[in-house]
Amino acid sequence: MNKTVNQKAWFLVLPVLILVAFSAVIPLMTVVNYSVQDTFGRNEFFWAGLEWFSDMLDSDRMWDALGRQLIFSGVILAIEIPLGIFVALNMPKNGFWASFCLVLMSLPLLIPWNVVGTIWQIFGRVDIGLLGYTLDKLGITYNYTQDITAAWITVVVMDVWHWTSLVALLAYAGLQSIPDAYYQAAKIDQASRWAVFRYIELPKMAGVLMIAILLRFMDSFMIYTEPFVVTGGGPGNATTFLSIDLVKMAIGQFDLGPAAAFSLMYFLVILLISWVFYTVMVNLDKRDGV
Amino acid sequence: MTDTTVQAPGAAPIPGEVTTDKRARRSRFRPKGSVVVMTLYLLFLLLPIYWLINMSLKTNAEILGSFSLYPRDLTLANYAKILTDPSWYMGYVNSLIYVVLNTVISLAVALPAAYAFSRYSFMGDKHLFFWLLTNRMAPPAVFALPFFQLYSSVGLFDTHIAVALAHCLFNVPLAVWILEGFMRGVPKEIDETAYLDGYSFPRFFIRIFTPLIASGIGVAAFFCFMFSWVELLLSRTLTSVDAKPIAATMTRTVSASGLDWGVLAAAGVLTIVPGALVIYFVRNYIAKGFALGRV
Repeated sequence: MNKTVNQKAWFLVLPVLILVAFSAVIPLMTVVNYSVQDTFGRNEFFWAGLEWFSDMLDSDRMWDALGRQLIFSGVILAIEIPLGIFVALNMPKNGFWASFCLVLMSLPLLIPWNVVGTIWQIFGRVDIGLLGYTLDKLGITYNYTQDITAAWITVVVMDVWHWTSLVALLAYAGLQSIPDAYYQAAKIDQASRWAVFRYIELPKMAGVLMIAILLRFMDSFMIYTEPFVVTGGGPGNATTFLSIDLVKMAIGQFDLGPAAAFSLMYFLVILLISWVFYTVMVNLDKRDGV
Repeated sequence: MTDTTVQAPGAAPIPGEVTTDKRARRSRFRPKGSVVVMTLYLLFLLLPIYWLINMSLKTNAEILGSFSLYPRDLTLANYAKILTDPSWYMGYVNSLIYVVLNTVISLAVALPAAYAFSRYSFMGDKHLFFWLLTNRMAPPAVFALPFFQLYSSVGLFDTHIAVALAHCLFNVPLAVWILEGFMRGVPKEIDETAYLDGYSFPRFFIRIFTPLIASGIGVAAFFCFMFSWVELLLSRTLTSVDAKPIAATMTRTVSASGLDWGVLAAAGVLTIVPGALVIYFVRNYIAKGFALGRV
């Protein structure tokens, strides 16, 4: 749709601008402020320059958390995207069962994040949880509060449980938009199931899948509540991801300077990824001629 | 606005119905899904939820004493405790108050903005749209401490409005994006006809435009409601007693006693209920909402 040029439209955007400025820009400036100052308490601050930034860049703590974060995001993407596509391909295409599956699949998406944590915390316990109890009876040692591997598996499986449906829903929406004629043509050409997937379904899903991948990447990159409830970042620091570490630093230890520098760098990474996200999406929109 | 041809509003396709069409379309050519795969996947999804419900219906003695797949000694005492103890049920009330406040604020400011983005081009519109998106992507952990200080300094700490405003950080961009997606589906000719007929902007917007994108507003409201409802970090940081959300009540109980599993499970089940109730109405739009209006 070609849009009319109208500078007065700014007035319609103004409320959003004011509100978001209040809830995003002002707090962000506070962070910038802390990141370049040091304090001896009693609200006396002095200029510290870029000291905190170089401190943070030198500290193993941030790099370790970043490393764990990247591994976590990589692992869950590698599982959730193929699994989501697979589930979407197997969903009923219409009628009662399609709605039935849609509603049940959306259920995990609507559960408060700390309850997701609680559910898996209970589910995985050896004494009272179905999963932990079953594994224990099968003779598998499983203790997510002590064992690093078990903690990681629990956190990853929990995220797969929580978010695979999102990928599946988006892929399903993409599949539904493929016109019948495509399938009909494939049938006439006697295309194999794989060929139909590779040359019809996958290209048509590309747009929504891009959104799914990037949404999952962003959201996993700022995951906090679920692993915090289940493992509390432990055992040791094994499941301390960026957000958990940041909250520990800022609110737990009240190290304002380093935490602020950490925040800004964290936010810059997210900004960079958002920009890639936006560019790719706008280009896809253009290609589809919306 | 004057050079395009004017078309009768009735001739234009009404958005929202396009999507329901898709559902009704039947095909003999589409590959069939596998019932086995879906059954296994749904089982995987529902088993942990079933376990939570199962635990919420047991007494603590039964939970810790014996292991059973279903409650032998069915009890509603856990639910009764939550629904009669103010320190528990006020958590739900608090959560609902700020979630509803947030949804109303988000929609009220997002509607005109989304209209501007979908209809007009103006200086800086693309940058502004992108900037809004970055707020949706901002990690709440980055904002927790500054929010705490900001709202403390203006005397809003531990009030519902503070949490509602804080959640606007990610809900307003989300609402703008979803609504813009729906509004793009409404042909511009409708606006132009209305203006020719002498409608003023506010009257047109409320009388004609809003009913046309009713499904979009519903979906945006649902997503604002949902993301505000599931969020814990900001709502916990910004409250202490008077506006403490149910999520925070739950985490504090875990750390304090760590024993009352039955009540904890019941509280968890009760937090799932609101989402489960409304999900049926938006089932066909969920993908669109999650894709920020881009499907």
